[in-house]
Amino acid sequence: MDYSNYLNKSIQSVSPSGIRKFFDIANEMDDVISLSIGEPDFQTPWHIRDEGIHSLIKGKTWYSPNRGFSDLLKEVTRYYERRFNLTYSPSEQTLVTVGGSEAIDLALRVLVQPGDEVIIPQPSFVCYEPLAVMAGGVPVIINTKNEDNFRLKADDLRAAITPKTKLLVLPFPNNPTGAIMERHDLEEIAKVVKEHDLLVLSDEIYSELTYGGRNHVSIASVDGMYERTVVINGFSKSYAMTGWRLGYALGPAPIIGQMTKLHQYGIMSAPTTAQYAAIEALKHGDRDVKRMRDEYDMRRRLVVDGFNDMGLSCFEPLGAFYVFPCIKSTGLGSEEFCTRLIMEKHVAVVPGTAFGECGDGFVRVSYSYSLKHLKIALERIREFVKELKDENNG
Amino acid sequence: MNKLLQLLSTNSTFSTAELSAMLGEPEDYIKAQIKEYEMQGVIKGYQAVVDWEDIDDSYVEAMIELKVSPKRETGFDDMAQMCMAFDEVESVYLMAGVYDFLLIVKGESMQDIAMFVAKKLSTIDGVISTGTHFILRRYKDRGMNLFDPDKQADERSLIL
Repeated sequence: MDYSNYLNKSIQSVSPSGIRKFFDIANEMDDVISLSIGEPDFQTPWHIRDEGIHSLIKGKTWYSPNRGFSDLLKEVTRYYERRFNLTYSPSEQTLVTVGGSEAIDLALRVLVQPGDEVIIPQPSFVCYEPLAVMAGGVPVIINTKNEDNFRLKADDLRAAITPKTKLLVLPFPNNPTGAIMERHDLEEIAKVVKEHDLLVLSDEIYSELTYGGRNHVSIASVDGMYERTVVINGFSKSYAMTGWRLGYALGPAPIIGQMTKLHQYGIMSAPTTAQYAAIEALKHGDRDVKRMRDEYDMRRRLVVDGFNDMGLSCFEPLGAFYVFPCIKSTGLGSEEFCTRLIMEKHVAVVPGTAFGECGDGFVRVSYSYSLKHLKIALERIREFVKELKDENNG
Repeated sequence: MNKLLQLLSTNSTFSTAELSAMLGEPEDYIKAQIKEYEMQGVIKGYQAVVDWEDIDDSYVEAMIELKVSPKRETGFDDMAQMCMAFDEVESVYLMAGVYDFLLIVKGESMQDIAMFVAKKLSTIDGVISTGTHFILRRYKDRGMNLFDPDKQADERSLIL
């Protein structure tokens, strides 16, 4: 039976994630030291896990309301007010989802009409482009640049806009580059967005992981942007809760309302146990967030310093837990660099091209690993780079 | 908390170059700081955390509670010094609560430690009573998990 005749054509045309390929090679080998995983190495703080367990002991095993438990909705809006100075209504402007990913999918599906153009800055997380396509949209890619520290520039945005443009995806702090957008950057972007009457999907999942004294700024807090922005966030990165699968969306009531409808039919409600744990996280988790951020920050400095020292120039990433060193000086492309690195030194990193074509010449290195692990990996990469150099000179 | 000391207390094998990178301070400054802490006695030494149970069967440790009567002039200090003098005694702590001192004592066997307590400790002038608690197994020591080293394995799945 030829299933391709039965299967949805547009889904078949979506290519699988380029990150996977290297995972598969890594899985085949012993002794691989990986710097490729994009989730916290920390376990969820104990007091948060304990609340989840406690809810089970008490027999709280039913569905939650479609939008999420009202206590959680309230805590989410309190958190956004306290951290980012943004006020949302818990009952009308907030939706709890299965991870940030579901919220991204929902937002794209409720906002995009067939043929609408969705602007996606790259390098960026792999999901926006396929999800925009699945929503019937036409992705328009903007390549951010190393010399701009991979921030999105207003001129580049302006140049990408056509009469069909509907939505800008704003993925900062950024995976894979570690780039952030500061208030002045966002103000420039906001001008263009307002000028062209666009909406913004602001994926702020790494909002708690910013360094160098720069707090995350949401574009929704820029003048005139509140009503144009859907904010996506979640618990995965900030509270090390990836496996709990819990995220949320905040935005104008009519948009959140439509997203809620879709969520209701497709998902029903986010996991109940996770929601109880998340309430505890928002109420009493600030200290954990700081502890983990400080730890990431030390690793970040060590890794950036290590790459620069071995001659792979690396701009200082101020967010997330990735560094994005430039490997052009080795004479290899991203894919070849990664393949040879894993074959010759058993170190797995992800080629920049997995996050968009403009990622060629770069690799994504996750520092969500212990300092001990990072030291060993850096040492092996250093040997590899030195051998490449000798090869090139010899 | 002081970040340099915190880092060194979890792993004293970081090079000064690594410490300098992680803390964002010049290496010379880090070197000077460490030297100063050593001089002041803030850093007392650098020891490996060894899981003796793994390599040495004939090794037993016990916690000994001591009740004593303090001396009029010197309080508890004299008694502490008497205890500290024994090679068998690893640690001496003055405690608040139902007893006065907690000692950590090392020996080759339970018998060995029991004899040490009976013959050496309980006979010190001023010791009223002793209580001996043998350590059977170390699950966590100085912040390190000795129980399931498998926990070190990365269980994260390869997602996107």
